[in-house]
Amino acid sequence: MELTGAQILLESLRREDVDVVFGFPGGAVIDIYDQLPHYPLRHVLARHEQGAIHAADGYARASGRVGVCLVTSGPGATNAVTGIATAYMDSVPVVVITGQVPTPLIGNDAFQEVDIVGITRPCTKHNYLIKDVRDLARVIKEAFYLAATGRPGPVLIDLPKDVQQARCEYKYPKTIKMRSYNPTYAPNPKQVAKVAEVVRKAKKPIIYAGGGVIASTAAEDLVWLSRSQDIPVTATLMALGCFPADDPRWVGMLGMHGTYAANMAISHADLILAIGTRFDDRVTGKLSEFAKNAKIVHIDIDPTSIQKNVAVQIPVVADCKSFLAALRRHLEDAPAEAGPPPAERHAAWLEKVAEWKAEKPLTYAQDDKVIKPQYVVETISRLTRGEAVITTEVGQNQMWAAQFYQFLRPRSFISSGGLGTMGFGFPAAIGAQMACPDRLVIDVAGDGSIQMCIQELATAVCYDLPVKIVILNNGYLGMVRQWQELFYAKNYCATCLDVAPDFVKLAEAYGAAGFRVTDPAQVEAVLAEAFALPKTVIVDVVIDREENVAPMVPAGKSITEMILV
Amino acid sequence: MRHILSILVENEPGVLSRVAGLFSGRGYNIETLNVAPTLTEGLSMMTITTEGDEAIIEQIVKQLRKLVTTLKVVDLTDVKSVEREMMLLRVDAEGGKRAEVLRIVDIFRCKVVDVSLDELVIEVTGTQDKLGALIHMLQRYGIKEIARTGAVAMRRGMQE
Repeated sequence: MELTGAQILLESLRREDVDVVFGFPGGAVIDIYDQLPHYPLRHVLARHEQGAIHAADGYARASGRVGVCLVTSGPGATNAVTGIATAYMDSVPVVVITGQVPTPLIGNDAFQEVDIVGITRPCTKHNYLIKDVRDLARVIKEAFYLAATGRPGPVLIDLPKDVQQARCEYKYPKTIKMRSYNPTYAPNPKQVAKVAEVVRKAKKPIIYAGGGVIASTAAEDLVWLSRSQDIPVTATLMALGCFPADDPRWVGMLGMHGTYAANMAISHADLILAIGTRFDDRVTGKLSEFAKNAKIVHIDIDPTSIQKNVAVQIPVVADCKSFLAALRRHLEDAPAEAGPPPAERHAAWLEKVAEWKAEKPLTYAQDDKVIKPQYVVETISRLTRGEAVITTEVGQNQMWAAQFYQFLRPRSFISSGGLGTMGFGFPAAIGAQMACPDRLVIDVAGDGSIQMCIQELATAVCYDLPVKIVILNNGYLGMVRQWQELFYAKNYCATCLDVAPDFVKLAEAYGAAGFRVTDPAQVEAVLAEAFALPKTVIVDVVIDREENVAPMVPAGKSITEMILV
Repeated sequence: MRHILSILVENEPGVLSRVAGLFSGRGYNIETLNVAPTLTEGLSMMTITTEGDEAIIEQIVKQLRKLVTTLKVVDLTDVKSVEREMMLLRVDAEGGKRAEVLRIVDIFRCKVVDVSLDELVIEVTGTQDKLGALIHMLQRYGIKEIARTGAVAMRRGMQE
């Protein structure tokens, strides 16, 4: 069957079971758009390429499938770069197709030409420039395979206009084998045996879970490990939801804005099981002070993550799920000889952890005058019983959402962790809503971040997506203001947003619904009303202007040195 | 410490910039770099010399392996290996200097590959140390130009 490059692309997307493409057309991709109506793909037209790529990312995070984004050459491609880097930092499987000027013009500074393969080389898992239509089918197959396997990540395919128009015989490869790419899934059995041994001997163990647990669908296995061995669990921002927050073994997120209990526990543990995580600087604080008393076991599918920041005693290169299954077989087949059961062995430790939790829990004081952001998030959590998909922007809104929402299952918390991209949350919510039409999707936003991709209101309204945006509005770029307050003598330079749109009117202008809340007593009722509306809604919640995120570990300090109020 | 890395890569456009970009993006330093095709069609061998402590070299090796276009990375510092680099030098050899320069060429087992009235072009192959020693010896006569290939290296047949 002879097809054009554009047809090959769309037919191959169909064979990869892609059901939705987030995109924005332009001169260099018209041939693809010309064929799009003939294929069983939903296209979501974003209002800016950054919206399209974040939506594809949000779709991937919410569903576990590969997100697909289609944009034109030049500015279309460069507008997508922030979103590509966002997906790269958080290991999200996305395939990005960019149009390119015709091959004879490449390198001529043609209209809307940019070397997007060169630009995205450091922020994609891999990328391709196709010069021959006969390579296209194989490259698409490889792109989906690379994006979704090993440590997932974005893959970009740059497709010149003449290649889209050229024809060739189409055959989609059934299988794939790349001689230079073979990620390790199964753990080395000797390493698993070593882990089992230290787990049996530990007196003060803790599980430190990362996004890899969710990426490898290992949450249930992790829950088994914690419950069967009576080990407390902390997690990174990326892993919230991998362990139910209502379990007594949950100690909360760790790191810069982690809970007191989590930071104390990781600092006093004798064994840390670091699973699918990369010891980010926001987690470890001052490296030389991090977990000095612990033996560290580190499981990661990416060998470069291991021994990168922190020296570990037992490294295991493996997929989290395969590792946890292997560890389970070990622990079940050969239970600890003679020694006391875990509950007994860890009794003193569990008691200590419970003490830390009780001593300094996450807290705030809501009065009847000014709304506290923490109260808003707690109310959202209560109203949705932890069942919503929460996306966030970046800054204080993100940290309050992470701290005060009770996540019960994986893929419920979608946030730009590594790159920290303001403007991510709302388009990501659009993608998540496309992936999960039956779930309530809520973007917890700040008044600063929401303005970075606000144009996507048109997208949400256009596709009848009942996404809810809850703006924690303090009239500041709050997190930067918090740093200025604490570390820069309250020099609030360029962080006050005193000119802002009326978000209620703005919502209405786009055809969405808008609410404003200023009275603490009204928060619950308004949120409940907004969540019940089957349409796009903005709830503008006017909060305490100078509320800070606590605890906070100042950058470069040990994570035991927390500012608690 | 100086390490010699031997990197087998897919011979395709952009592969050099993937490797070079990895070094610059992560703050590592390339001291010398050599790339050429291998006997197997479609594969190239890169030889890179770089500096770093054990942890940095381990990270560089892992990062190189992570590139989708990389098949194999060997740190030749870990095994018994031979290392050679070729250098061309244009040396001032006017009048009385010529005989002395030619003696040094002899001692270092170099070759004279071009000769003119006032200068010689000398070819020499050896380890970085040997090349360094030759430069040192010839400097007093006036080295006008140098071109070096960067190190290439290979593991020895007999390993312990």
